Amino acid sequence: MPDRIVGQPVARKEARDKVTGRSRYVDDLEFPELLHGATVRSPCARGRIRGVHFEGSLPWGEFTVVTAKDIPGKNCITLILDDQPCLADTVVNHPEEAVVLLAHPDKYLLEEARRSVRVDIEPLPAVFTLEESLAQKEIVWGRDNILKSIAVEKGNVDDVWARADFIIEGEYRTGAQEQLYIEPNGMVAVANSTDGVTVWGSMQCPYYVHKALVPLFGLPENKVRVVQVETGGGFGGKEEYPSMIAAHAALLAWKSGKPVKIIYDRAEDMAATTKRHPSRTRHRTAVSREGKLLGMEIEFALDGGAYATLSAVVLSRGTIHAAGPYLCPNVRIRSRALATNTPPQGAFRGFGAPQSTFALERHLNKVALAVGLTPGEFRRRNFLREGQTTATGQVIREKVDMSRLLERAFELSEYSAKVKRFAEENLGRRVKKGIGFASFMHGAGFTGSGEKYLASIVGVEATREGRVKILTASTEIGQGTNTILCQIAADTLGLDCGRVEMAPADTATVPNSGPTVASRTCMIVGKLVESAARALKQALVGSGLLPAQYSPEEFAQACTRYVEKHGALKTFSQYQQPPEIQWDEENYKGDAYGAYGWAVYVAEVSVDTLTCEVRVDDFVAVQEVGTVINPVLASGQIEGGVAQAIGFALYENVVWHEGRMANSQMTNYIIPTSMDVPRIRVYFEEVPYAYGPAGAKGLGELPMDGTAPAIVNAIENATGIIIDQIPVLPEQLMELLKVSRA
Amino acid sequence: MLDEARKVDVACKVNGRDHSIRVYPMARLLDVLREELHLTGAKEGCGEGECGACSVFLNGQLVNSCLIPAAQAHNAEITTIEGIAPAESLHAVQQAFIEAGGSQCGICTPGMIMAAVNLLERVPQPNEEDVRVGLAGNLCRCTGYTKIFEAVVRACRQMREQVRA
Amino acid sequence: MRSYLPDYELVTPASLSEALALMDREPGAWKPFAGGTDLMVLLEAGKLPHKMFFSLWHLPELRGIRVASEAVTLGSLTTYTEVLGHPLLQQEFPLLCQAAGETGGVATQNRGTLGGNIANASPAADSPPALLAYDAELELVSAAGSRRIPYHEFHTGYKQMRLAPDELIRSIHLPRARPPRAHYYRKVGTRRAQAISKVVFAGTARVEAGVVRDVRVALGSVAPTVLRCFDTEAALLGKKIDAVTIADAQAALAAEIAPIDDIRSTMNYRRHVSLNLLGDFLQSSLA
Repeated sequence: MPDRIVGQPVARKEARDKVTGRSRYVDDLEFPELLHGATVRSPCARGRIRGVHFEGSLPWGEFTVVTAKDIPGKNCITLILDDQPCLADTVVNHPEEAVVLLAHPDKYLLEEARRSVRVDIEPLPAVFTLEESLAQKEIVWGRDNILKSIAVEKGNVDDVWARADFIIEGEYRTGAQEQLYIEPNGMVAVANSTDGVTVWGSMQCPYYVHKALVPLFGLPENKVRVVQVETGGGFGGKEEYPSMIAAHAALLAWKSGKPVKIIYDRAEDMAATTKRHPSRTRHRTAVSREGKLLGMEIEFALDGGAYATLSAVVLSRGTIHAAGPYLCPNVRIRSRALATNTPPQGAFRGFGAPQSTFALERHLNKVALAVGLTPGEFRRRNFLREGQTTATGQVIREKVDMSRLLERAFELSEYSAKVKRFAEENLGRRVKKGIGFASFMHGAGFTGSGEKYLASIVGVEATREGRVKILTASTEIGQGTNTILCQIAADTLGLDCGRVEMAPADTATVPNSGPTVASRTCMIVGKLVESAARALKQALVGSGLLPAQYSPEEFAQACTRYVEKHGALKTFSQYQQPPEIQWDEENYKGDAYGAYGWAVYVAEVSVDTLTCEVRVDDFVAVQEVGTVINPVLASGQIEGGVAQAIGFALYENVVWHEGRMANSQMTNYIIPTSMDVPRIRVYFEEVPYAYGPAGAKGLGELPMDGTAPAIVNAIENATGIIIDQIPVLPEQLMELLKVSRA
Repeated sequence: MLDEARKVDVACKVNGRDHSIRVYPMARLLDVLREELHLTGAKEGCGEGECGACSVFLNGQLVNSCLIPAAQAHNAEITTIEGIAPAESLHAVQQAFIEAGGSQCGICTPGMIMAAVNLLERVPQPNEEDVRVGLAGNLCRCTGYTKIFEAVVRACRQMREQVRA
Repeated sequence: MRSYLPDYELVTPASLSEALALMDREPGAWKPFAGGTDLMVLLEAGKLPHKMFFSLWHLPELRGIRVASEAVTLGSLTTYTEVLGHPLLQQEFPLLCQAAGETGGVATQNRGTLGGNIANASPAADSPPALLAYDAELELVSAAGSRRIPYHEFHTGYKQMRLAPDELIRSIHLPRARPPRAHYYRKVGTRRAQAISKVVFAGTARVEAGVVRDVRVALGSVAPTVLRCFDTEAALLGKKIDAVTIADAQAALAAEIAPIDDIRSTMNYRRHVSLNLLGDFLQSSLA
């Protein structure tokens, strides 16, 4: 029996293909008689479509042209509220909204054609910010611009103000953030009324795309097939958006009778697709003299863009995380997602939690200062412990020890010594050093009854070749799905990883395991892999072809013999919610998540007061995430998430002009290069979670939550400047520094 | 056909093999490699020379192939990720990327490896600053660069040992 | 690719004289194409209205770095990589090397050329302020002959320059400084690498016993062109470097530059940083 595979740094399954350039991403696929597809988009934020004009002297007869009228079924990208059309019909509600689709075999001529289609729009008044939407300057969605509202109530927050020793208020903002996967969105489709629709492309959730294409074409489910191909990054940006581009490619394929490939260039991808929801959080906090939280009142608002898409769920997660890993007996959270006339915002790693966590971790430093405690001491006095309840009244059943994580993070980063040293050394120095931290949590899996509703299924197959194949719609997008699911199956079956492989994520052959999001793939889907694999072993042993104790070779032989004798052997496992999880969706009370990752991150920065440029010099990330299945992949996830969040904090600024992203190029939308990111030091603690595979929980989104506030806390430590919005650009810091000196 | 007449003949050597193709003079070398020669290892991430996903060697120099017009590749020697090591073997940098976890989604990987190989050819014993500078033109969104550095350090050590052996 | 490629021509003249003859025959019809790091970006974005280009890349007459006792002459096709790797330039013209090293990444430095950078005339260019600080002279050539022009007279307005439609930049002359001087270069970009500048500052000074005997101040990204700051230099010449002098020089600089708000930065920030860098330059030249 080989050594335990879980916990080993098994090499990434598809690494060799990736390092040799052999991996096939969607734009690498070739199809005979392929047409290229392009999208004509609204130049206007809101208005009535007066007409579409085909100008210039192009051979229009050669082009396939698709408008809303060509949609065989429902003109809608089915997701949650079904308010988003696939193609604008009579009105447009955001810049870059898709109106006309074109296809042609010559991609250069196609581009000429795209430029020559003029969409004539009679403009209507639009709203572009959260504030304008709240003020109802114009009603652009529903009756009141509110895409979703949520209310959380714990205890009685109205009673605390009178008896509070301190009341501290604050307002915090975060900007939009572009996922900037290095591979832009792309799809290839083949479609006709006889065979149905097949799409291949870059995506996270094949079954989301499937669910959207079925009603769009009015086809039965078995006539729509969605295949994920190697995907160059997603981070949430390819959670729901691929349904739109898949629909467009499929409509062109349907009308032309030819395969159609749509690949966005970077400018189009940045301007037209989803981004992280901008946010505004208002805190009002009652604290006792001893530094204990008495009450928190939080108002959380998100800018959702023109259509609902996933705003309700982002709002949900942001709301639940808004009060953080702290014990507070009285909490009120009022959240709203607002509609504006900008391209709909969507999923991006963290999914609302980075926004509300930024606010909280900045605010609690302010609170600590008011009470006269250090930020660390304030946290220690309020950290949640096992048996205590969260804002939604969830009793924490994990052996969480945030104080220990804090202590460890402080030790590894030399926090206390540096606070002291920087304070002394900064005097009179041009480059000021600072250190700051954030303590936070991130719930893994879908909220509340979400996993029960998803009812995910995973299959495991014994092949004739003697190998084990995992059947799941959970996708590899760089985070390591292929490798860890094979490790889990191999570990369960006592095989080496080389004998286990992943079936392609093709809806024709794999079951719906739910979307590849929400830090659920390892914890939820991995657990299903474990149980399906166990069932496979039982089936083989039960058939008499495999002894109870076996070698990997014997296992392989048993698979071969079984298939030869009985035909295909597939075992399936479906999600069962642990009985302890109780969630009241209406009142937003109960067990929001099955398990949480817990973390303390410390950032050390330099601020050059000559230019107000901020550098992150060192970063320590300590987290407890259950069993670590693969330490290289796990630390890679944390390192990558921290880097993205460094961008969120310091570099990534979406410049909006009338609802459109003006800086839609990599030259002007700035993500960190290798020179902008320090070595990120990652440390794991492991408290096995009973319902996770081998005890694992989720961790993919965790690093996105606490990095930005740690950095901004460090900037305040370095300069004394209080900034309550991100990104912190040198321009803003310079203005604040001038003011603070005056 | 009017448009075909506007194409020019370009002769170049790619991964040691001679090619003669007819392409628009301003066609990007990236597209020539991917579409005419079916070498899809080089990727388009930005089309503006910012991300480095399209990096190849042109006459031994690291370049962004999205910014090279085909006419200027005439008589050039080009190496792509497909040619960085003899068939079925791996360059030390490729092996190191596998071992150190330097690749996650993989889309930046071919360009990043070209940049790393180029760095080690120019600076056989790079320090950390040299590595950061050498890779500064290759953006990665997945890894945060930490394991890419580790892969380069590992490759460097491996290459030194190979030379000694 | 947002341009219609079939409409674009890129011919390859065999020699400089052939290229000049082409330009002479139809002035303005054919434009030079060097490394392509600017023009290909415009082509990709659909922002390259001019369609007829001739390639300079293979012309040996435009390459090479020649060192003479009076000056160093760089062919206009000198790449940033070549600048970075030249020992004499590192020693005597460190600002130029620093600028070259901060332009894009390795791949851009291999293809970007000084001549291309000058002719592209971006006010945010990284190397031109260093060239201004070194009293660079350009040699321009046409079928009719050649002429020289001080680089500080070359740019006349945003993307306007004293370059006739039949002329090419042939080389850049850098007079070799007599006594050693203080050098200062700082590019403030949107990040530490691969960044378009928000402010570029290049300065040289000869300071003796705390008094400024000779000074050059040049900036980028704070005016419609890269800027040689003569007024600021005048405010410094012959003065002892102290708080008053620095304040006076900063006031002169503030009046001389004309920064704007744009997609990358703000007028206030650019002004503030320019003044700060001037102060830092002067302080460091005392050391």
